[in-house]
Formats: sequence, C-alpha cells, structure tokens
Amino acid sequence: MKTLKYIFAILILSISFVSCSDDDDNTPVEVNPVEGLNKIYEFSEADHSIEIYSQKTGLEVGYNEISIRIKDMASDKYVTNAAPTWMPMMHMETMNHSAPHTMLSNSEESTVYKGYIVFQMAGNATEYWEVMLNYNLNGQAIEKAVRVSVVQPADGLKKTQVFMGSDNTRYILAFVNPKDPKVAINDLQAVLYKMETMMSFPMVENYKITVDPRMPGMGNHSSPNNEDLIYNAATKMYNGKLSLTMTGYWKINLKLMNESGEVLKGEDVTELNPESSLYFELEF
Amino acid sequence: MKLSLSVFPLRGIPMGCLLGAMLCGALTSHLYAQETPADSLKLIQLNEVIVISAGKQLDHQKQRKPLSTLDEFLESSLSVNMVKRGAYAWEPTMNDMASERLVVTIDGMQIFGACTDKMDPITSYVDVSNLAEAQIGSGQQGAVFGNTIGGGINLKLDKRNFKPTGWTGSLESAYESNNKMRVFGGELNYSDEKFYLNTDAIYRKADNYYAGSDEEVLFSQFEKYNFSINSGYKLTAGKSISATLIYDEANDVGYPALTMDVSLARAVIGSVSFNQDTLFGNFSNWESKVYYNNIKHVMDDTKRPDVIIHMDMPGWSETAGFYTQANFNKEKNHFFFKLDGYYNKSYAEMTMYPTNSNEPLMFMLTWPDVRTKDVGFYAEDHIPFEKASLKLSTRLAYHSSTVADDFGLNSLKIFYPEMDKTNTRFLKSFSAQYHKMLNDFHFNGGLSYGERAPSVSEGYGFYLFNSFDNHDYIGDPELNTESSADVNLSVTYKKPTFEITAGANYFHVFNYIIGVVDPSLSTMTIGADGVKIYTNLDYAQLFNASLSGRYNISNAFKLSGSVSYHRGIDNDGENLPLISPLSYRSALDFYKNQYSASLSVDGAGEQINYNPAYGETKTAAYATLSASFGKRFFIKDNDLFVKTGIENILDTNYSSYTDWNNIPRMGRNLYLTISYSIN
Repeated sequence: MKTLKYIFAILILSISFVSCSDDDDNTPVEVNPVEGLNKIYEFSEADHSIEIYSQKTGLEVGYNEISIRIKDMASDKYVTNAAPTWMPMMHMETMNHSAPHTMLSNSEESTVYKGYIVFQMAGNATEYWEVMLNYNLNGQAIEKAVRVSVVQPADGLKKTQVFMGSDNTRYILAFVNPKDPKVAINDLQAVLYKMETMMSFPMVENYKITVDPRMPGMGNHSSPNNEDLIYNAATKMYNGKLSLTMTGYWKINLKLMNESGEVLKGEDVTELNPESSLYFELEF
Repeated sequence: MKLSLSVFPLRGIPMGCLLGAMLCGALTSHLYAQETPADSLKLIQLNEVIVISAGKQLDHQKQRKPLSTLDEFLESSLSVNMVKRGAYAWEPTMNDMASERLVVTIDGMQIFGACTDKMDPITSYVDVSNLAEAQIGSGQQGAVFGNTIGGGINLKLDKRNFKPTGWTGSLESAYESNNKMRVFGGELNYSDEKFYLNTDAIYRKADNYYAGSDEEVLFSQFEKYNFSINSGYKLTAGKSISATLIYDEANDVGYPALTMDVSLARAVIGSVSFNQDTLFGNFSNWESKVYYNNIKHVMDDTKRPDVIIHMDMPGWSETAGFYTQANFNKEKNHFFFKLDGYYNKSYAEMTMYPTNSNEPLMFMLTWPDVRTKDVGFYAEDHIPFEKASLKLSTRLAYHSSTVADDFGLNSLKIFYPEMDKTNTRFLKSFSAQYHKMLNDFHFNGGLSYGERAPSVSEGYGFYLFNSFDNHDYIGDPELNTESSADVNLSVTYKKPTFEITAGANYFHVFNYIIGVVDPSLSTMTIGADGVKIYTNLDYAQLFNASLSGRYNISNAFKLSGSVSYHRGIDNDGENLPLISPLSYRSALDFYKNQYSASLSVDGAGEQINYNPAYGETKTAAYATLSASFGKRFFIKDNDLFVKTGIENILDTNYSSYTDWNNIPRMGRNLYLTISYSIN
C-alpha cells in the first residue's frame, strides 16, 4: 500500500510536470478556421474562388452543416464582406422545390460563412440539387448556381423524417446531434420545419417532441432520464437529452406535439406497439 | 497468526467431537473451542474452526469425507450455509448473510471475486489441498479480517512451519459415483528447523450429477486444478521470511441454476511475509505480509441451447494489500494489534451479439473499473478474570472507491447525473464479549456494532442479471453505509461426556442494502421481469437461534445433534430472501482401532417464511441419510487410509432454501477415497 502511495505520488508529480510544460508551450498559433472540415467543392472564377466545406465527406439527405469561403485572387485573402445568401433547389422532372435552410452567417469566423441545409431527398440520374449562391465581391453582385450531389447516408440509418402531420401540414424533422453518440446522457438536438409552399420552409417553434430510445434487438430495452425535445430560441433548435445505456443499434421513437399538446405524428411505444411511426435511428 | 497455535490440539479430537465443538460455537459462539486456562494466550477467540488439511497425516480418519470439496467442508459447519448455483463454487453465508456482508480472506489476504453474478466466491479459488483450517468468526468477531456485518471466514493455508519432519509426501485419489468425480492429488514437503517447502497439487473433474430418482442435472459438470507452493526460511532465531504462491484454474464449469456457464475462472495468489517473535521488547508474534492476487473470470453461453443473445462477459479483479500485526501483553491485558490495507481494481464488461449481424455489437461496462482503497486498524484486548473473561475489540477503517473508467462513469451518470467519481467512508466496528464460567455452565454474551461499505455490485453494478428473482440490478453509488448492532447470548452446560448449548443472536441492520424494484425502468435482459436498484432499507432484522449437543456414549461411540432456527424481515415486516427454515442434523460417530464409521441425518423443515418478490418459492421439508466407513492401514512406516461412504442413501429428490432457482441436490452418491502418505 505504501509503495502504491509512492507510485501515486510520483505519477501525480510527473503529471503536474507535464502540464507545466504544456503551459510554457502555450504560444499563440494561427488557428485554421476550417480545421477538421472536408472541402467538398471548389470553384475557380476569373478573380476569385469559392470553397465549400462540410463535416461529412459529401452532402447527404438530412441535416448538413456547410461552411463557405470566398477567396479574392487579387489580395489572396478570404473576403469578409461578401454577405452571401443561398437557396437550395431540387430540380425534379415535373417540378422544383427548395429545402429548409438557415441564412449564411460569418459571426463566428469572419472569413467563413456558415449555415445548414436539410435535404429531404437524394438526387438521382434525372433529378438533382442545385444551390443558388448570391454574394458581393468588390462591390459587384454575383450569382452562381452550384450543382451538388446529395446521397442517402452510407449507414442507411433514418435521421430525417418528412411527413404529413394530423393537421394536414407537411413537416421536416432532422437529427442534428449527437454526431458521436456515447454510452451516457447525450445532448440531443434536432431541427423542425414545415413546408408552407414548394419554396417556403419556415422553422417551427415551440412544439414538443417526446423521446423514447429503444433497442429492438434487446426486447425493446429503453433507458431512463431522457428529456423531450423543446425549442430553444437561442440555438434555434430543439434540445433534449438522450440516454444510451450501451453501444449498438438504437431506435429513437418520437412523438410530435403542437403548442396545445395535440399529437401531430408518432405514437407511444407499448407492449402492443413496439415502435412509433416517427423515429430516428442511431448506431455506434 | 496467533490464533493458529491453539488449533493443533484440536486436530486430535475426532471429527464427531469437533462437530460437537463446532456446534457449541455455532451462531452465538464466542465459546472457546476448547477448555483453556484463563491466563493462556492460546485462546481461540473465534466461534468455530473447521479442520480441513486433507492429505495431512493422521487427519483423514477424523473426517467423514476427506477429499470432498472445500464447499462441502464449509457446509459441515452449522454457522455457514452454502448458496448453490450448481455443483461448484458455492457461496458461503453466515447468520443468513452472504458475500457482501461477510469478509472472506485467504491467510489474511483480501481477495475479491471477478464475477458480477457471484459465480466465483473466493472460496472457489483454493482447494482443501492448500488449507489447514477455516477460521470462522460470527458478527464482529470476524472484524479481525476486515469490515463485516455477518461475520468473517479466514481460510488458513497449511504450512509446515519449521517442524523437523524432513521429507514427507502423500498421494490421494477419490471417486464419486454420482457425478463420476475423479480427484487426484499429491503433495511433497520438506521441513527442517531452518527451512521448509510445501508443494501440493489437486485435480478434480466431474460430469453432470444426478438428483434423486435419476434426474440428470444438465450443466453441472466442472473441472479444476490447483497448485500451491509455500516456503519459509529462518533468518536467525526468532526471525523468518516466508512466501506463498497459489495457482487455481477451473474450466468448463456448469451452472445449472444460471443461464450461463464459465469457461475460465483463474486465480494467481501470492504473498511474502516476515515474521519475528518479538518487537521492541514488548510486542510478540510480529507478522507482516504483502500480497497480490489476480483473478480472471469468463462466462460462457456457447454450450447452452436457445440462447437469444449470445454474450461475452469477462471480469477481472486485482488486489494488492498488506497487513502487519503483533501481540502485546501488559498485566492482565492481552492486546492484539493489526494494521491492514488493500487496493482493489474490479472491472467487468459485457458484449452482446445482436441477432441481426449487420447491427453493431452491444457493449457495456458492468463493473466500471472500480478502485477500492481500504486502510484499517484493528485492536483487541482480552482480559481474563477469575472464571471469566472479557474481550474488547475495535476496527477503524478508511475506505474509498473511485470509478476510474470514463465510459463506466458516464454510463452510471445516466442514472445518477450528479454522482461523484469517488466515495469516501470511515468505517467503525466495536465489540464486547463476556464469558463467564459457573460450575458446569458457561455463559457467553456480547454486544457489537459494525459498518460496511456497499460492494462493487451494490455501488456500481450496471444491469447485472439475477436469475433468482429474474431482475436486472443496478448499483447506486450514493448508497449509505450499512451498519449493524447485534447482540448474542449462549449458555452451555458441559460435563465430560455430555454437553448442550443453547444460543441466539440478533442483528438490527440499519440501511440494509437490497434490490428494490423501480417500475419506471426498462429491463435490459430479454425475458427479465423488471429492474431493481440497490437501495438502503431503513432497517432489517435478523434472528438466529440454535440448540446443539453431544453425548459420548462410550469411548468409541459419540452422538451429536443440533437444530437451528432463523428469521429475517425488513422494515415492513416482509421476509428477507435466503433465510434458512428450521434445520437440523444429527450424527453417530464410531472410532476404534483404526476403524471409523458414521451415520448422519440432515434435514430442514418446510420453508414457511419465504418471499416471492425475491424469486423464492416455498421449499419443502426434506431429510437425507448418509453413512461412511474408513480404515487406516500401516505399511512399514507409511500410512494407507481408505474411506468409503454413501450420501443421500434413500436417493431423495430435494432442494433446500440455498439452492438457486430450486435446482435439485445430488441424489445417492457413493464415494471412495484412498490416500497413501510417506512419512
């Protein structure tokens, strides 16, 4: 026991030495604003280039965080006053429609314009997604149509739901977080939009989505201390808690309710009804 | 250990007598196992000592079944009952309390099983070939070995201790008809005044056993082997060092009462000690030991039919520790001091293979790498008076447990978001025992108080399936310390040929820890009935009473018998689980001219007080009859001992309250033991 104590003491000492030296090395380093992101598209124009980044290796059906940088060739610098806007557009054989998306903002990092798009469907041989970009460069308004490829997630898991609610409104519910689920209480985030017209997808606020994670492979095992998804005006997302008691395949059964508590979509999970018609799927 | 010295005289008493002596001590005890002058230091202050030492010369004829398993030896004690999940690795209980409430040590070493489902009580990691005796202390009389509520069991290793015996050896073998158990063992020892070396090995292999009326109990097979070596060297007069190494491995162990078997249960147990006769002039018998043990336990469901979800469930337990102890005499006070400590690391995981093989494996930590640190100080003072004596003892310990694995910590935080990584407790124990002799009467009485920390499973278990009540269990890191106040009384009337003892004890356990159903939780194990959380009940009450006696009919014939009553209820008056019904045993032993024989009956009444909420059903009354016969031959200087016997003669199909899920016990069994020792 005494030896153990000494070993502990030595360990603690060495750890504190290590951390000390860390502090000494703490010289300011230029942080790459797109560190950890994948550049999925790059277009070169005459006097500037456009770079499009995503956390994923490509655009997928569902929630996609997208970062855009515009480089001015003359100054060899990324511009901070481009004020870009975007509009995703699905070109189908017989019609066109847009997708839920946010505004692009460079409030976090002045050279990086961030936003997200929730693609409801994948492109195919005859139908494709296009993102219309409008931005300013050196006092000149520029419009560029970027044709993008949107595929179903490779894992085949359902993380986006497009459905007709009992109020005859079409909704789009997309899973945002956790991107890296853990055996723990995870912070759960999702976004909810409704389809007003083909081109208008306003965000739905102040509804509620109940959360009931289950493991169908384990006799529909569930977990405690989950919290329903509630709209958060600051993050402009629905935030909740998701407890996962083990790794594996989880089905997150959901139920959407409006402000007056009316169920718009989804059912309670019971002995007789093992799953809700509204759900997300997770694997880890 | 100072307690061992007095043990050797006990070996001279035939087993029947020993049983009688044991019975006196049973449950209430503190009756000294033999008449000892009040001023002698060589007092056994334990309730009971079970002599094991199989294979040691001259001992066999005193035992009804010499090469039986350690479990069977322990079961022969009235104060110990064994919970059975199969034919192997029974779990000892004392005063109707199991592992969590007992302290079980091997030669004073703390060892903790590596199985989350209690399939490896530490008694399964030694064998009779290693052991001299089991020292049993009821209630706080076991506190010398560690913090306890119900009592302590120390399995004392067999050592030659510098006796000038030279080379000795023995070979032994046994066969049991019922489960075709084959036992082969042997030992080779050398001892002189300067040096000793003991080595022994034993191998056991058993097939499925058959319950009464030829009912095969599937998955009750087992195979195990055990090696041990211990050695001592005298540095100077009064100074010696010694070392011990035990390797124990069991494979292919079936657990018919459970849903899984065990493919590997392995222990490596080692220690080095230093002994000195005196210290600073005033202290005597100074002994210090450092030890380490490492246990690996792997469950296995691959041989079971109809497994819905195949699981891998390995567990590891590693302990390092020390103790140092000495006696100190001052006038009438005989002090004994002990400082001890250990550091344990318990880790267990579960990987489940989904039916749909495209899905990822399901993984959880069932024991989240719990690091337990414990440092304790034990002191006792034994004060003899005229025809009376008083023993005072105390243990004060610092105990802390930490969840070292972040995965495990986050898992538990699902249930306890505010939980701390580390829990620290200060554990106390106090006890006073008084013994008074009045003509032929001995009166014993004691009062004590003890505390214990929750076990790793109780504090940190994560979805541990209990097949007895068919519930998943989850620990609670925020449990309160469990404590117990207990009182014991016994009266013995003793004549040279006749002895009778009546005794009783009562435990009032505060913050009694037990699983309580949380209906809001969802089961993990497919088919389980619910989830229980380890919870502190306000209190529980446990009462044990016994009446035992022996009668020497003649020099050759001895009759002994005992009957015991047990009751355990919680704060709502509900029955606690695994409480013995009325039970009894009686034996007639014969020993003369190297011939020995015995006839014994064991039985229990109907289990009236049972609790279905813990998965119990009423076990019916039963009685079994057994007999044994032995003969010792001398071949030149050597000894040949043959013993044969028959257990459950009437082939009764029965199960007792200790049988997990009521699996039936072994039916008629014939055994034969042959041992040959070279002196």
